[in-house]
Amino acid sequence: MNKKQLTGAEIIWDCVAKEDVSVVFGYPGGAILPAYDALEKYRDKIHHVLVRHEQGATHMADGFARASGKVGVAMATSGPGATNMITGLATAMMDSIPIVCITGQVPSSVIGTDAFQEIDITGATLPVTKHNYLVMDINELASTIKEAFHVARSGRPGPVLIDIPKDIQNESIDYSYPEDLVELPGEVKSQGANEEQVKIFAEMLKASKRPFILAGHGVIMSEATSNLMKMSEKAQIPIGTTLLGIGGVPKSNPLVVGWMGMHGDSWVNQAIQKADLLIACGMRFDDRVTGNLKTYSPNSKKIHIEIDPSEINKNVRVDLPILGDLNEVLYQVLPHLDNEDHSTWFDQINEWKRESTSRDIIHQNTDTLMGAHVLRKIWEGTKGDALIVTDVGQHQMLEAQYYEHNDPRTLLTSGGLGTMGFSLPAGIGASFHEKEREVWIIVGDGSFQMTMTELGTAVQENRNINIAIINNGYLGLVRQWQEMFYDARYSETPIISPDYIKLADAYGIKAFRVKKLNDVLPTMRKVQEQKGPSLIEFVVEKQDMVYPMVPTGADLHEMIERPASTNNLKKTIREEESLV
Amino acid sequence: MKQTLITLVEDKPGVLNRIASLFRRRNFNIVSVVSGSSETPGIARLTIVVDEVDRSKRGTIYYNLLNLVNVIAVKDVSELPCITRQFILVKIEANTEKFNEIEYIVNNYGAKVVENSSESIIVEAADEKEILDQLVASLEPYNITEIMRTGKMSMRKGMTHNVSSDNTKSKLEKWQPEKINVYHN
Repeated sequence: MNKKQLTGAEIIWDCVAKEDVSVVFGYPGGAILPAYDALEKYRDKIHHVLVRHEQGATHMADGFARASGKVGVAMATSGPGATNMITGLATAMMDSIPIVCITGQVPSSVIGTDAFQEIDITGATLPVTKHNYLVMDINELASTIKEAFHVARSGRPGPVLIDIPKDIQNESIDYSYPEDLVELPGEVKSQGANEEQVKIFAEMLKASKRPFILAGHGVIMSEATSNLMKMSEKAQIPIGTTLLGIGGVPKSNPLVVGWMGMHGDSWVNQAIQKADLLIACGMRFDDRVTGNLKTYSPNSKKIHIEIDPSEINKNVRVDLPILGDLNEVLYQVLPHLDNEDHSTWFDQINEWKRESTSRDIIHQNTDTLMGAHVLRKIWEGTKGDALIVTDVGQHQMLEAQYYEHNDPRTLLTSGGLGTMGFSLPAGIGASFHEKEREVWIIVGDGSFQMTMTELGTAVQENRNINIAIINNGYLGLVRQWQEMFYDARYSETPIISPDYIKLADAYGIKAFRVKKLNDVLPTMRKVQEQKGPSLIEFVVEKQDMVYPMVPTGADLHEMIERPASTNNLKKTIREEESLV
Repeated sequence: MKQTLITLVEDKPGVLNRIASLFRRRNFNIVSVVSGSSETPGIARLTIVVDEVDRSKRGTIYYNLLNLVNVIAVKDVSELPCITRQFILVKIEANTEKFNEIEYIVNNYGAKVVENSSESIIVEAADEKEILDQLVASLEPYNITEIMRTGKMSMRKGMTHNVSSDNTKSKLEKWQPEKINVYHN
């Protein structure tokens, strides 16, 4: 191997390019200047996207990683540049997204002196990263970057931060790329299922009359769709997904009965409660999907296939834990399963579905435009085949309810952390991977105003993204809680918006406002025909709520269903208007 | 009974901070940590004691610790035969009159007087917690002015695992299956 003199800054780019990274999202500044200076030499390998705020850079890297399955990379300077990344790191941490954030640090000689723009970012990001590094020796720079990418993508993926002092970036050494595979002494590798576990799995399934599969984010990350569907088909087991599991299994397949949890399908929650066997696949029994743990699926045996051992028995006691890569485990288990028939069980679930569907807002005519109707139309208008990036709030829940996904990595959403402001930057990031599908960013008026500064990035990079703002003039989901649990005291949830059409115009973005259901599809067509970013503002009913709902801590089967008619809704609107 | 975890970690800056941070953010009640070098350069061995009786929570603690990148291996020795020791230094006011009594107590506990000056007497002892508690109680009447004691150190009896300086990796790999099964049945 030929050695050549490289600076630390050049080593950063060389190592990043070797990790199959073609795009980096970042923002320059004092302590990272050497790296940005050296970037010029690596332009043929790496495209750099100048963001408007470092939080945006982390969400873009996150969106890129979710869409592509590769590691996303973000870069920032020390101090405020680095602290702005914390929300993005936490978002990626909670949803197990592999991103690597590289931050500049003040020169090593002044670390610890409160130098200008100095912050202990490895200390500050300890709880929001899978692991992090402060590189104090240029001889360890290349191996550290290589290790960081390995840590980010291996096992249960997660975000990693590398902090590199400015003098390390400036220093030069005789450099050759470390070709050796990364071996961490403490790494727990997937072991798959052992013979006994496979045997017990098959026996438990055979003994079950009402089995149910809980499909989580792990299905997508482990690329286990095909084997999971094979298992479901062979043993005729209905599948419900978590929010992040949506798309991991095709919604068009009748085996996939819906999604679970607080705003999930009531029949899925019913099925979980009545099941006699739960097969949890790459999910972590989050409080948003279990409701009250004491009454959660009380009569079922539970199998948990999971790559992270610390998730086993964390919230729900399981009978058969299998540690390992989901796809690998399913592959091992499949040959040992018999053909089964659970048609009575499916009939029961479909019966619950019929009962619930009759109340669905989607089948009701309303005077005002409803968020639910808009989401359904977006599904129609994109033939269910778009890459959807949502933000956090009512529109996010409506998306999960009314947009049916058939492919993995077509719904990107902040699940665990629930980060408002996620969608626009994540959608921009995802658009750097997605070349075929339309990219639609579904966002509420509250969420959009948190990171709309990234419109500048979308324009500068001429991204093909369609932004759909679901504007109800409220922080809708918070307002919903206030209405239900705080006696309708709407403390600080009414929120005004700028004129989004003028705002878009200022950026040179084509924009439309839609107030009627009949205008949804024609307006969508207008933006679908053109390249570059576009924006549609959907002005929707202010007071609508997301149904059904399991209140926090309530039993999963005790869902609040939508009231039988919308008359009550109209009445409260009138009352409110008379007050104004 | 408290949970005792013997933990091997890479001896790198900040590793203790990572462990402390984990215990704090996961709301695990740490009782004591003793850390020091092991028989292998670059690897430190810790004894961590946690106040947790619930078995599944113990599993969560164990696996969270194991998930830390710098943690090489963890062994829960709470229910295994171990030699356990704490170390203590006790300072007592100088007392020529009753020095013989003090010395008698000290000898009785296998402890040692390591300083005897005109101002103070310092006693050192290494033993199990309960014995040290008794030693302190016995010395109480002689006016203790200062106590310094470490947390618990544990070492399993018999030939178990070793991280020998040669062939570290292969020995550690033999550990791996043990890592997985402790809490899962």
